[in-house]
Amino acid sequence: MKINAQGIYYRDLNSTIREAVLAGTDQIELNNVNGQYFIGDGINKPVTITINGVPGNDLAAFMNGATIIVNENGQDNIGNTMNAGKVIVHGHAGDVLGYGMRGGKIHIRKDVGYRVGIHMKSYQENKPVLIAGGKAGDFFGEYMAGGVLILLGMFTDDPAKDKHGYLFGTGMHGGVIYVRGGVDESRLAKEVGVFELDDDDRAALEGYVAEFCQDFKLDVQEVLKERFVKVLPRSKRPYGNMYCPMPK
Amino acid sequence: MKPQPTHIFQKDISNCGLTGFISKKGTRVEGSVIIKSISLMHDRGNGLGGGFGAYGIYPEFKDFYAFHLMYENAMAQQLAEEYLDANFHIELQEDIPTRRTKAIANPPVFKRYFATPLETDEYREAVEYQGMTDSDIIVRHVMAINHEIEGAFVVSSGKNMGAFKGVGFPEEIAEFFRLEEYSGHIWTAHNRFPTNTPGWWGGAHPFTLLDWSIVHNGEISSYGINKRYLEMYGYLCTMLTDTEVVAYTLDLLIRKHGLSPALACTALAPPFWSLIDQLPQNERDLYTAIRQIYGSALLNGPFAILFASNKGLIGLNDRVKLRPLVCAEKDDFVYMASEESAIREICPAPARIWTPRGGEPVIAMVEGNV
Repeated sequence: MKINAQGIYYRDLNSTIREAVLAGTDQIELNNVNGQYFIGDGINKPVTITINGVPGNDLAAFMNGATIIVNENGQDNIGNTMNAGKVIVHGHAGDVLGYGMRGGKIHIRKDVGYRVGIHMKSYQENKPVLIAGGKAGDFFGEYMAGGVLILLGMFTDDPAKDKHGYLFGTGMHGGVIYVRGGVDESRLAKEVGVFELDDDDRAALEGYVAEFCQDFKLDVQEVLKERFVKVLPRSKRPYGNMYCPMPK
Repeated sequence: MKPQPTHIFQKDISNCGLTGFISKKGTRVEGSVIIKSISLMHDRGNGLGGGFGAYGIYPEFKDFYAFHLMYENAMAQQLAEEYLDANFHIELQEDIPTRRTKAIANPPVFKRYFATPLETDEYREAVEYQGMTDSDIIVRHVMAINHEIEGAFVVSSGKNMGAFKGVGFPEEIAEFFRLEEYSGHIWTAHNRFPTNTPGWWGGAHPFTLLDWSIVHNGEISSYGINKRYLEMYGYLCTMLTDTEVVAYTLDLLIRKHGLSPALACTALAPPFWSLIDQLPQNERDLYTAIRQIYGSALLNGPFAILFASNKGLIGLNDRVKLRPLVCAEKDDFVYMASEESAIREICPAPARIWTPRGGEPVIAMVEGNV
């Protein structure tokens, strides 16, 4: 099913999408999208929504099993509290991606903004994975509690920019971040440390990267030929002693 | 029993929106373009404030200060016009053209005056004995009108520019002020979602002084400190809104103290001490000096601002980027907005799109003698 979203108000567009999903459509193509908020929010069917244009903020929030492919750039707050499903963005994306995300995958081909993966979490078989192919702003993995963040730093419109910003992993207390080609340790938050990958890490990483490369038709070997490091929290409770210090 | 919904799903989400662009070569663009861009972000506001800053719109009066005034009552108009007559040669005065529309209820009266200061005794005293410039004198008059004449407010006071603002969605304000009839080489626009301060006509953005204009998304938590600092230099805050301090601070830092725009931005959003400690000696000295001298000009709290003058357009975020700002370039045009889609709406295929870092100003100045 094709929808021309040119000039359509976000509520009307999203009603049309929800009605189509309810009626059993499994392929929706949205053309001339520009700035409409909340596309794909709360959709709990395995439908594929292809977006031609720049979707508005809060794409795929609370999404539960659908796939969204954006053939352009994305904006802020993609995948807020997403449960399951997948978002593929062929351009760059903005700030606060995967906020509180608790399942599913977000693949961004190019740069991402500030606070990516903030408060991501995992529970039993639910394990969110967010991969940024480009560079990231400050507060990457802020307050991260679970799941997987991967930063490649490879596909960017701004070669002069640093691979990642300051306060990397601030407040992180769970999950894992893999970074291609190492991190700038002077920019790490005090809550995290850098570690070598073990065999389990390598097997998991290769799986995630292979899927990412498949989505964007990239060469897996090219991505994997560089060394990756692993960033982990030093403590599960970094602020445990903040208000009421506990005896050691 | 039917399950009750756990959320109110019909919730309005709002958070202020801003957009602006500049033609560095001075190509004048019709108002309809900026209206299109800000209208795309309709839902970032809630109808309690919309406004526009427009540069290059009065070329036939470019040597005169263009005063846009807002009057809440007839007495305010009478007193303000007596004040202006006593202090200015007024080349032309007229109503700012407006259109009656259903969306705009009870607008105040808007008039504009193209004026130059009269050489009164007071003027000569100020120039010859107090070392004041014409710009200083204009600032003093703007403060006097805003502070002393109840119900009269200077909406803008620069040359060859004007601010148009009020209570309504920006597209409604644009229709009210017939904005499509103006052409300018720099435009800014704002869609307001008032949080801490009243939604009234004077409180809509932009905030201006001389040809500075500011549109802002966020909250200036340091307003009290900034306001008291500015009062020491004769700036009086009368608009009941935090953003006002940004306009006056930039006037103080750039026009009065001679800081470059980039350095003035550093004073507003300086690097953290922990970062300054890591810099080479000369940069460390510079930033330390800026923070020591201009500690009271530091803007705390989340913000994205666009500030414009006849010379250019500058975008700036707070240091930890708690509000969105996206920039793009195409030919000699530079665009800045809260959302990429607001730029794409008027420039579908920019040559470059990027997001500046927190605290890193994006500076686009006009080239040559525009």
